Amino acid sequence: MASLVTKKSGLFVRLVKNVNDCTKRLSSHFIYYPDNEKPVEGETTKMNMMQAINNAMDLTLKTDPTAVVFGEDVAFGGVFRCALGLQEKYGKERVFNTPLCEQGIAGFGIGLATAGATAIAEIQFADYIFPAFDQIINEAAKIRYRSGGLFDCGALTIRAPSGAVGHGGLYHSQSPEAFFAHVPGLRVVVPRGPITAKGLLLSCIRERDPCLFLEPKILYRSATEEVPVEDYTLPLGKAQVLRQGDAATLIGWGTQVHVLLEVAQMAEEKLGVKCDVIDLQSILPWDEDTVCNSVKKTGRCVIAHEAPLTSGFGAELAATIQEECFLHLEAPVSRVAGWDAPFPHVFEPFYLPDKWRCLQALTDTLHY
Amino acid sequence: MALKAGASVLRLNALRSAAVRLLSTHTRPEVEQNKTKYAEFPGAKAPYVTEMKFLNETSYDPIPIYRVLDNDGSVIEKREEPSIDKEELINMYKTMVQITQLDKILYESQRQGRISFYMTNYGEEGIHIGTAAALDARDLVFCQYREVGVFLYRGVTVTELINQCYGNHEDSGKGRSMPIHYGDKQRHLVTISSPLGTQIPQAVGAAYALKRQPNNDRCVICFFGDGAASEGDAFAAFNFAATLDCPVVLFCRNNGYAISTPTSEQYKGDGIAARGPSLGIRTVRVDGTDTLAVYNAVKQAREFAIANNKPVLIEAMCYRVGHHSTSDDSTAYRSVEEIQKWTKDESPLQKFKLYLESKGIWDEDAEKSALKESRNTVVRTMQDAEKKKMPHWKEMLEDVYYDMPPRIQKQMQQMEEHLKKYPDKYPLDRFQTD
Repeated sequence: MASLVTKKSGLFVRLVKNVNDCTKRLSSHFIYYPDNEKPVEGETTKMNMMQAINNAMDLTLKTDPTAVVFGEDVAFGGVFRCALGLQEKYGKERVFNTPLCEQGIAGFGIGLATAGATAIAEIQFADYIFPAFDQIINEAAKIRYRSGGLFDCGALTIRAPSGAVGHGGLYHSQSPEAFFAHVPGLRVVVPRGPITAKGLLLSCIRERDPCLFLEPKILYRSATEEVPVEDYTLPLGKAQVLRQGDAATLIGWGTQVHVLLEVAQMAEEKLGVKCDVIDLQSILPWDEDTVCNSVKKTGRCVIAHEAPLTSGFGAELAATIQEECFLHLEAPVSRVAGWDAPFPHVFEPFYLPDKWRCLQALTDTLHY
Repeated sequence: MALKAGASVLRLNALRSAAVRLLSTHTRPEVEQNKTKYAEFPGAKAPYVTEMKFLNETSYDPIPIYRVLDNDGSVIEKREEPSIDKEELINMYKTMVQITQLDKILYESQRQGRISFYMTNYGEEGIHIGTAAALDARDLVFCQYREVGVFLYRGVTVTELINQCYGNHEDSGKGRSMPIHYGDKQRHLVTISSPLGTQIPQAVGAAYALKRQPNNDRCVICFFGDGAASEGDAFAAFNFAATLDCPVVLFCRNNGYAISTPTSEQYKGDGIAARGPSLGIRTVRVDGTDTLAVYNAVKQAREFAIANNKPVLIEAMCYRVGHHSTSDDSTAYRSVEEIQKWTKDESPLQKFKLYLESKGIWDEDAEKSALKESRNTVVRTMQDAEKKKMPHWKEMLEDVYYDMPPRIQKQMQQMEEHLKKYPDKYPLDRFQTD
């Protein structure tokens, strides 16, 4: 009996070790900082980001009879389960699979919106959005302009999971926001967790411009918050100041916001300084006022994003900041980003703008 | 030569009936005698008719599915049995067994957190091996991602495959891609890329390049699934292959599912094969669970493609027995009973094994030792692969350009300095060092 127990616990130790190795290998590069402030009063329920997105689509399908949700594998809930249960609830005509074709999904969505329906399209991974580039860039973003305001596809929202996930390699990790930020007419939005995901997604769906909603996929299950049950929206084109300080302004979006929140905390503990931390939320159009007012106050700025440095959206921010805040700056605007290489598999820990790289950039900026 | 190859293709029963079907007048609009007048539009040479007739999927009979073996492993029509020597038949089957063991153990190893991702090939082993055996070893292969048997049959070792899955320093892809993204230049296997369908027009372009080489005797083969065939790239590839006369075998593995999406929601009409003739591509549909049917079709397709500089489309019908990948649980969208149907009578391994047994070149002892050997190879290799370090972190920034631009050199220096400051914050011990 004793030997059996030992054997069993031996097996258990092995299993635990495997799981630990697994956790170590796949461990994320950030600590999640949940939102404590509620955007609206009233009942809340615990939701992860996947559930919050599901909830936003559920509310839309319930209140807007023209709304449809579609994309590859959406019928059974989508590969990240964001549409889970919606087909059962609203039927196959409103929540459905499309053939495997991103350009088709985008074009179909534009058509739906042009004809008066609310279209919520899912691209399975942001890495696979590029066949739809033509439809999004040349059609969705330009219809109102080129038709003199006769037509628009503002009722189109394209959702796509993006960003690093620990083991995604080249084609399950990219953050393509900067490609789409070069296109007047499009709105590009990135939530940082369940509360912002629900509010911003509902805004995108109702916004009268086509929206690209990039969901940091690592947050789907790892980010949990008390999310208001009722319908609410959060303003598009507005950044949010999450921590206040006077030493420097840290700007990020999506998962990177959490990296920067930790960096701000480390800066307080190790360097004895307080920083503004800004979640940009809307990449296009972006909130120049909030960003520039903060930098005018602090005189120093670190921008961080997962996408490669060169021509990343940080470049646009840095250029505008130096234009608008030149006389207030005490140091050059610093950018910490993915390196100028495709997103690599086993090198992910070296590739990402993690807290140590951001902290070092902040330190350099403070000591400039 | 061209005519001979063309005629030999017609020996296939399936093709003969397909040809008859496609040429038969009953599917075409009726033409009145003596009043026949052919239109001379640039876009269509066709008769004028006065009766309007819409065509739909029922205007045509289903394209038949060519098979050689019955479920009991017996050859249905003796004349269709390919002459493959005993050693090669055994090698074909052993490689199929090797695929299943590789799949079984690597799938489990992902579950244990040893590798980050895996995709099994269950139910499609016959396609890999029938194809690989029929090709010349120098034919250029563009894979989708579920064709590991082609790699094995070409001589890529289990060690090389597993090193790729671990992304260790012996991975020829230098740890940059997710597991199963194999590639081997010496063996003419273009490295796998995740985006779907992108490889199809690339394969067509490669075939055009081969065609222009003097005395070309190679073709290109391109694998893709029933889902990828919906991508715009697939249509572009078909159309380019036909209009630009490219010696390419377009090979569709129709396994019934694109992740959760069944073919009934992927397309209407008669599958992928029906798209071939409509775009001017010689086409055949085969039973993908029948290794010998796949072998015959690919053998004739490659001969025809090379002799005529024309594309051939093969649609191999099969069933994806495993989950899409380790990120998927297929019981969320299909029943266990549905899957089981394809793991017994319609198993490509089972059919091929029965065929070998009927020829007296395989038995239970051989089966046992093949299983044991292939299993041991995988387990042993995994243990070795696990011990090997990841490539030097600097490999992260190599190969972006042929010569590293100054800007990336600068970034590499920045990271190097950063790592000197924060060595304990990075898993440097798991990576090779200078």
